[in-house]
Amino acid sequence: MPAMQPIISVTGVSKRYATGFEALKSVDLDIAEGEIFALLGPNGAGKTTLISIICGIVNKSTGTITVGGHDNVAEYRQARALIGLVPQELTTDMWESVWDTVSYSRGLFGLRPDPAHLEKVLRDLSLWEKKDDKIMTLSGGMKRRVLIAKALSHEPRVLFLDEPTAGVDVELRRDMWEMVRGLKADGVTIVLTTHYIEEAEEMADRVGVISGGEIILVEEKAELMRKLGRKELAIQLKEPLSAVPGTLAEYGLDLSKDGHTLTYAYDTQAERTGITRLLRDLDTAGLRLRDLDTRQSTLEDIFVNLVGNGR
Amino acid sequence: MNMRAIYAIYRQEMARTRRTLLQSIVSPVISTALYFVVFGAAIGSRMQEIDGVAYGTFIVPGLIMLSLLTQSISNAAFGIYFPKFMGTIYELLAAPISYVEIVVAFVGAAATKATILGLIILATAFLFVPLRIEHPFVMLVFMVLTAVTFSLFGFIIGIWADNFEKLQLVPLLIVTPLTFLGGSFYSIDMLPPFWRTVTLFNPVVYLVSGFRWSFFGQSDVNVVVSLGMTFVFLLACLGIVAWIFRTGYRLKT
Repeated sequence: MPAMQPIISVTGVSKRYATGFEALKSVDLDIAEGEIFALLGPNGAGKTTLISIICGIVNKSTGTITVGGHDNVAEYRQARALIGLVPQELTTDMWESVWDTVSYSRGLFGLRPDPAHLEKVLRDLSLWEKKDDKIMTLSGGMKRRVLIAKALSHEPRVLFLDEPTAGVDVELRRDMWEMVRGLKADGVTIVLTTHYIEEAEEMADRVGVISGGEIILVEEKAELMRKLGRKELAIQLKEPLSAVPGTLAEYGLDLSKDGHTLTYAYDTQAERTGITRLLRDLDTAGLRLRDLDTRQSTLEDIFVNLVGNGR
Repeated sequence: MNMRAIYAIYRQEMARTRRTLLQSIVSPVISTALYFVVFGAAIGSRMQEIDGVAYGTFIVPGLIMLSLLTQSISNAAFGIYFPKFMGTIYELLAAPISYVEIVVAFVGAAATKATILGLIILATAFLFVPLRIEHPFVMLVFMVLTAVTFSLFGFIIGIWADNFEKLQLVPLLIVTPLTFLGGSFYSIDMLPPFWRTVTLFNPVVYLVSGFRWSFFGQSDVNVVVSLGMTFVFLLACLGIVAWIFRTGYRLKT
């Protein structure tokens, strides 16, 4: 998403912990204003570290970050004022009421009390009935909502959702997606981390994949979905082959190590998949088949592949 | 200055006190009242006057100091330790507030609580022993100064502690002995010369002595020295807090 000034710009950011562990290796990333950006990655890939550094919770080792054009260290007040963070863990106070904790969050950001805004936030999150309840009496899902309400209490321009739907029931997940869409409509930029790929598919405008502390891919979701359209045909052979016969070269077949399986990747959206012709040519080449198997390659496969290579 | 943030933290901390009223106010008042009964009435009646002051009256400043110190430390230590323990500290670190503002809010709240408590104990003392305060203003200055200094100290402990045991360790192993040996219950002139010299390295001696001067107009150590030493502790604590925030020690990795 070029042309626009990115709302968040991460340049050459690395993080080496005191233990010597390198959590981030020179990460570059721009987030455009108003987009929903999903940061995908396995556990320990550096998702939370990156978010924590942008939000000011963790110190970076090198690099620069700007939020709305403000350096997040030199102008931390302006930078942080734009950000709302929903952490991964259910870290809430226990004895405070929902209303008090949300008011507290707004106060921390130096904003004057605005009961009307807080009421709207709590109502949107179905928390209004619980506003006088102590947080410790709430269920896990409700606590998650409280964390979101706290992050929205100060009207952020960028909302970070760190694993928002980990261990969350279907209803809350749906509510959350609903809320995210609403925020996007209001022009709020959303960065979410997840290791659920459906979540990225469902929500994101762009997807970034992080693995081993490196961003290994940033792409429009539509582009990734095109890759999703690919399908694979696995052809089990009676007799193993040592090499793909020259007559079949045009199909770009993959031969398994044991020589028993040929894999053909094709595009289901294409005019011709080439399957009929391939089968005919297989017959011509004198290959005898034992079994056929097709499978859809998912974003998950692409992801696993990418992450596998990233290591 | 993000005054609203300071106020938000301060108010939250004070709300915690209201929730734990029994533990924060009632229990120290009761335990101090017990001291008055035991040392003031029971034992004190058989003790001779110290510098012309009845023993029961003599121990009042020391007892107030004792509560002031322990409460300042535990309030501030717990105040900052708890968000660390619960993980809610993320919110403080990600908010547009400076470290100075965080310290002012937490230390301000802890010192407020301790000072209120000190005044309540002072009021309680009036019920048990005849009491006069020669220099009320100086007394208040000492109270506030001590509360602020040791709230800072407690704040440092709260940041340093990474488990509940450590949180208790310093108050229990260092502060309580120093207070008891700091002349709360006796004049250091009553000690043999060697121990008297040793005692002069105990910072609490200066606090208790100066505080006592504000009550009775007499003290073991010159009041100016006492005030000076209190300021030295205050500056030392401020220095450590400044270092903590500059390095992000135990707060940011």
